[in-house]
Amino acid sequence: MSRHIVATVDEIAPGSSKLVTVKGREIAVFNVKGEFFALFNRCPHEGAPLCKGQVVSLVESDEPGTYRMSRQGELLRCPWHGWEFDIRTGQSYCDPANTWVRKFAVAVEPGERLAKGPYVAETFPVSVEQDYLVIEM
Amino acid sequence: MSTNTLERSAVAAKPKLSLVDCDIHPNLKSEAELFPFMERRWVEHAQQFGPNNHQGLAYTLQHPRFQPAVSRADAWPPGGGPPGSDLDFLRSHHLDAHGIAHGLLMLLRPTGCDERNLDFAAALCAAANDWQRECWVKPEPRLHGGIMIPQEDPAAAVKEIERCARTGGFAQVNFPPRALEPPGRRRYWSIYEAAVHHGFPVGLHVGGVPGHPTTGAGMPTYYLQEHHSNMPGMQAVVSSFVFEGVFERLPELRIVLIEGGFAWSPALCWRMDRAWRLMRAEVPQVPRPPSEYVRDHVYYTTQPIEEPDDPAHLGEIIDWIGHERIMFSTDYPHWDFDDPRYAFRTKLTEAQRAAIFGGNARALYRLP
Repeated sequence: MSRHIVATVDEIAPGSSKLVTVKGREIAVFNVKGEFFALFNRCPHEGAPLCKGQVVSLVESDEPGTYRMSRQGELLRCPWHGWEFDIRTGQSYCDPANTWVRKFAVAVEPGERLAKGPYVAETFPVSVEQDYLVIEM
Repeated sequence: MSTNTLERSAVAAKPKLSLVDCDIHPNLKSEAELFPFMERRWVEHAQQFGPNNHQGLAYTLQHPRFQPAVSRADAWPPGGGPPGSDLDFLRSHHLDAHGIAHGLLMLLRPTGCDERNLDFAAALCAAANDWQRECWVKPEPRLHGGIMIPQEDPAAAVKEIERCARTGGFAQVNFPPRALEPPGRRRYWSIYEAAVHHGFPVGLHVGGVPGHPTTGAGMPTYYLQEHHSNMPGMQAVVSSFVFEGVFERLPELRIVLIEGGFAWSPALCWRMDRAWRLMRAEVPQVPRPPSEYVRDHVYYTTQPIEEPDDPAHLGEIIDWIGHERIMFSTDYPHWDFDDPRYAFRTKLTEAQRAAIFGGNARALYRLP
């Protein structure tokens, strides 16, 4: 396991995402209302790039004619076949027990601490004034 | 239930397979792309009056169909235009990326088939065919056109088939499965005769907006319902061809059911055979059991493939139909695209895999 600096915090606005590559793997980093989550950029169904998917809400109904919206901006819809995944957990909404996207831990770290190491900074320039997203992998 | 594998190798597919994709959708950047291939009379007609279809609101896309332009969200060309409208991007994003050796073009719009003004329909189809040949097939030899025809004017359709056979660049005749009448009806026979005469299979890609509902129960409420109404629709197509006696009359005719699934076919054949044994006096033009005609004349493309919980079940169904009748397709750039590396989960022998992913289509379409 090593830790990788992948972005500055203000690079990814709430509701948006950034595609990063860590150890040769594509990872999509999402900002959900100020919290950051990182998912492997391949849909478990047929391998579509999840970073291109739409971020949507959960719509549910108890009976025909009623509906409720919740969890706005917390679900990711695959750009091909529309499979929905919980950005927070990577789990499939329809088949949470068996189907999920691999999730990676993301931490927000101040540049001051990062500059001391022992993190893998790769080619990412670190400035002490900014906060950074760090993925453990 | 098995657990889905999360990280698959990008080179999981057998790289030596020479893939044939039986359903690729090219797209116009705009209607004006057809104008260089139309007489002035029809350009002005298109601009002043436009289409007048059999079904109101047809082609207005009452809903965005799940994904914008019905397409994969990653299929929009970086240089602009709708998905499927940029040959260079289609090459890199699809043909090269997936190792497609041959692709069958399936133009969905403008089809001409739904146009009430038959002369305009013929002009649209001819322009669409010239556009396919000049803008896609000539610059990219991996691609093969599908002849668009104004099928409600069979004499004009036959002329267009003959013209396209002369110009070259085409592999099949496109006939939308939802015409004004079921496709086995006598009014359309001259079209099939022309196809046979010129050695073209007839490809029936889901589509057509003739005004009647997409399901036997009436108009569906949701796109979700409409999406799989392709299957009962294709069953009606097959039984029409069989019982009108088209296959008996034209032993060399081959039809390809595109994007209509195939898992339903064995059950349909069992039922047709059972009913035929009892009621064949009603259809003396059909002297053999219906399943025999289906086996001899009908091919199926795979996408959107049926996905049973146990992939082995799909293998059994393919065994019942015959591996030599199933042909791989992706539907690129549409959202329900099947990836050749991952879509086909049932176990196949090397010979079966080679047939389904290319051999069957090469033989049927006489591809090199």
